[in-house]
Amino acid sequence: MNRTSKAPAPPSGKKSSCLWKTIRSHKAYYFFLLPTIIYLAVFCYAPMYGIQIAFKNYNGMLGIWGSKWVGLRHFRDFFGGYFFKQIFGNTLILSLYSTAVGFPIPIFVALLLNEIRCAKYKKFVQTVLYAPHFISTVVMVGIIIMVLSPTSGLINYIIVALGGEAQYFMIHPSAFRHIYVWSGVWQGMGWSAIIYLAALSSVDPELHEAATIDGASRFQRICYINFPTIKPTIIILLIMSIGSLVGVGFEKTYLLQNDLNSETSEVISTFVYKRGLLNASYSFSTAVGLFNNIINVILLLIANGIARWAGETSLF
Amino acid sequence: MSINRETTSDRVFGICCYVFATILMLIVLYPLWYIVICSVSDPYAVGAGKVWLWPVGFNVDGYARVFRDKNIMTGYGNTIFYTITGTLLNLTLTLTAAYALSKKTLPGRGIIMAFVMFTMYFSGGLIPMYLQIKNMHLLNTRIVMIILGAVSVYNLIISRTFFLGLPKELEEAAMIDGAGVTRTFIQIVLPLSKALIGVMVLYYGIGHWNSYFNAMIYISDESKMPLQLFLRRILILENMSEDMSGGIGDDETKFEAEKLKMLLKYAVIIVSSAPVLIIYPFLQKYFDKGVLLGSVKG
Repeated sequence: MNRTSKAPAPPSGKKSSCLWKTIRSHKAYYFFLLPTIIYLAVFCYAPMYGIQIAFKNYNGMLGIWGSKWVGLRHFRDFFGGYFFKQIFGNTLILSLYSTAVGFPIPIFVALLLNEIRCAKYKKFVQTVLYAPHFISTVVMVGIIIMVLSPTSGLINYIIVALGGEAQYFMIHPSAFRHIYVWSGVWQGMGWSAIIYLAALSSVDPELHEAATIDGASRFQRICYINFPTIKPTIIILLIMSIGSLVGVGFEKTYLLQNDLNSETSEVISTFVYKRGLLNASYSFSTAVGLFNNIINVILLLIANGIARWAGETSLF
Repeated sequence: MSINRETTSDRVFGICCYVFATILMLIVLYPLWYIVICSVSDPYAVGAGKVWLWPVGFNVDGYARVFRDKNIMTGYGNTIFYTITGTLLNLTLTLTAAYALSKKTLPGRGIIMAFVMFTMYFSGGLIPMYLQIKNMHLLNTRIVMIILGAVSVYNLIISRTFFLGLPKELEEAAMIDGAGVTRTFIQIVLPLSKALIGVMVLYYGIGHWNSYFNAMIYISDESKMPLQLFLRRILILENMSEDMSGGIGDDETKFEAEKLKMLLKYAVIIVSSAPVLIIYPFLQKYFDKGVLLGSVKG
């Protein structure tokens, strides 16, 4: 309990009664915290008790505690299954592809918007670029399906008008990753640029003036003044993205998925949902989820370690 | 000697930036615009690929169908209810907890913070969570839709960072004048936190409005379903099955029904997204602040 040492310690002999006094004087703040703590305890910590079914054969009649232990059988089944390579690979490829494309584009967008001098136009463009971020995943996927529809989709009108043949992109396993990643870029490039734009606003205008006098072109000033300013932000965000390398989100992937493209679209999170809730393999699915969660934590620790080592601010 | 004098290449570069930004904007804007004009066009013209820039054969039949659709209206009502009650609960829990955690003198602050942060990185996972909700007999209730996600740790950290940056003098003055913690919080701190509240309402509110995952897992009664689940049915499940069956050379009536359905789809996208798309530009000035607060170490 040396946390209290931060408070100005009154010159009292008894330390414990002093601590008790401080706690009493902060009673109202604990009441403020109580609902949140209860919520987290009930809906975040209590479910962790159920993780044990990953090592059991869950049976609804026997309950979580009463079900029989089976050790690591579900993990062995998962690693040994023919699908392991595929879904683990899909998850990795999808998130690497997303990062490789989705990470640099917002930086580019921010540098570009920063060059727009007419404030009103800049704000207008920003507002438009933010819009897709506020569209729900369901509507987003709905739009994707409509735009790519072989009978009534915009893209296929264009292909047919140019003399090509209408394609049904949604059922091609080879198209899934491109659809997922590029629709993500469309939806997120404006919103993700905000943080870089905020960092760019801190550039000292005197630097630009000095560089202009020295004969630097606008492009050179972007490369040697603006880019170095946002570089620390870029590095931190890049390191943080390591932490989510095996965390392809469920919502969009699941909605874009169908039986015909599952060869490339099945990722760990959708697999957990399908096997767990749709097929009621509770224990097996919990084991897969636990495996995924542990990998994420390890990656996050690695990312944080790198951040510290690189001398930038760490996450914790 | 003027610093502002630009060389020709700089001017060309500047123009290129404008052109490029405009292209980007059009790439984002056109699909949205396309949906808007399709929603008010003649479905035959849309089906024939004649609609490009302006509505063809203007009509609002699609919207009329949306507003006559019982499911969509039920979903709309439910979503409004879940969004308002859920956001109020979010704000109450997040702001009070964040305020308490911003007090550096609070004993046990570090432990509580660790307790909160841990849930960001580790969770029970889907099935244990489902079993917990089931054991609490919350399956298929409205409560589950309101209470799940009551606190987002990320938003809590943003709020705490914000409160840490508030000037302490006013609070101290209020305390000296005899106001309790609750009164100080409501009468002094909250009025100073409009920017934060704006960001929180936006983040939480839109989260509720757009989410479908919890409803898909925990709600089975149609009367309790939010809009996004009905949208999923209309926009994704039916759409896919139609596309797969293929609209090739079917009889007239089926063709007609399909075209009308298409109109409904465009209209329902607009009706469901409009509230959010109308609100966010007004809160845009708070975005930078919100994102910056989030990027500061927790």
